[in-house]
Amino acid sequence: MNVHVKADAPVGMLAELTHRCPLQCPYCSNPLELDRKSAELDTETWKRVFTEAHDLGVLQVHLSGGEPTARDDILEIVRHCASLGLYSNLITSGVLLTEEKLKALIDAGLDHVQLSLQDVDPVNADQIAGFKGGHQKKIALGSMVVKAGVPLTVNAVIHRRNIETLPLMIALAEKMGAKRVEVAHAQYYGWALANRSALMPTLDQVKLAIKIVEEARERLKGQMVIDQVVPDYYAKYPKPCMGGWAARALNVTPSGKVLPCHAAESIPGLVFHSVKDMSLSDIWYNSQGFNAYRGDAWMEEPCVGCERVGTCKGGCRCQAMILAGNAASADPACHLSPFHNQMHGMAVEDSNRGRVEFRYRKIGG
Amino acid sequence: MTIAEDTVPKLPHGVRLKEDKVRSRWVLLAPERVLEPDDIAVEIIKRCDGSRPLSAIIDDLSETFEADRATVATDVKNILAFLSERRMIDL
Repeated sequence: MNVHVKADAPVGMLAELTHRCPLQCPYCSNPLELDRKSAELDTETWKRVFTEAHDLGVLQVHLSGGEPTARDDILEIVRHCASLGLYSNLITSGVLLTEEKLKALIDAGLDHVQLSLQDVDPVNADQIAGFKGGHQKKIALGSMVVKAGVPLTVNAVIHRRNIETLPLMIALAEKMGAKRVEVAHAQYYGWALANRSALMPTLDQVKLAIKIVEEARERLKGQMVIDQVVPDYYAKYPKPCMGGWAARALNVTPSGKVLPCHAAESIPGLVFHSVKDMSLSDIWYNSQGFNAYRGDAWMEEPCVGCERVGTCKGGCRCQAMILAGNAASADPACHLSPFHNQMHGMAVEDSNRGRVEFRYRKIGG
Repeated sequence: MTIAEDTVPKLPHGVRLKEDKVRSRWVLLAPERVLEPDDIAVEIIKRCDGSRPLSAIIDDLSETFEADRATVATDVKNILAFLSERRMIDL
């Protein structure tokens, strides 16, 4: 496919600074094949990438991984982003950060911290993360962030093993002084897909979770913003994944590969380039992989002519690949997809398996 | 919500008004949000620097733009209420 659609400049960039992480969360959206430390971009290259991103029109950078603070040069990277005026968001597990290191990051110009929580119960939380003592460190870090006057988002990843504790998770975020909570139902790509049978909640659990969020939103209006990433296996309409393929954001992997999203490499036939070989601008505007699903010329039935396509953008290409076997198909989360019932059935079946052991995320599979 | 005129509005850490030179416009950057304020909102937000009360901001705007003070006050309070509900301004 080689249809060139005039693309707008990207607004956001997810910089996966490293795949290394002390946590082993089974819902991780990283790919099963993780980059090793020896393959990671060096400091100077990352700085060049941020400069190119700024010149391209990126306004916000999400420093992620893996655990971004596992890199020795995180301070230098944050300082560089601040010098460019880029809005920096640190997406962290929090377990490697001391008060001193956090202060240094804030002094370097860090704008926002997003902290993941696995559960409210320390034992369950540490079991999900595969890291003993992690939960208490997270709670301590969250309080330090708030005390320093920096906005804190608590990211609560929700799945079958913790969904019942959602009201307590929201209460914990409230107690910590978070300005924002992201109730992120696990999205089934990468490690989460490999663990789907252990993670998928039941339909009733999901319905209850949505209701809990709506009530909390009303109650905490003006105090805490609550965003919810809904679990689309039970949906009627697909999510407008990434706001459309290569429409608003890009993703750079630890080794420098530039992708339209985390999972894009799971689609065969697409060519993706490295920041080592091409400029970010050239990759964004001119590469085959980025142009493959821009606009709507690639769409097939039932998306063609559908009045909702402006909203959902056809859904998620990677999910279409995983579940329909064709990345140009409608996302099976859509009720009009011929694979929709099959997707729903998979979720129901997985959700009724009871307790299934996790396959923990680790480098080298 | 009612906002008193002696309130001193200030953008908190993590909320920044920035000139987006690539797109030739102003943007308000906040946690996981990029807002595109219109020209009036930009003038209001620029003045929310924690150095002056709301009354002074309204006076300044109505003088600078030769606009009716009561109308300006309504506009300003609406913008501040919008931002406050989203935790994007300290009042």
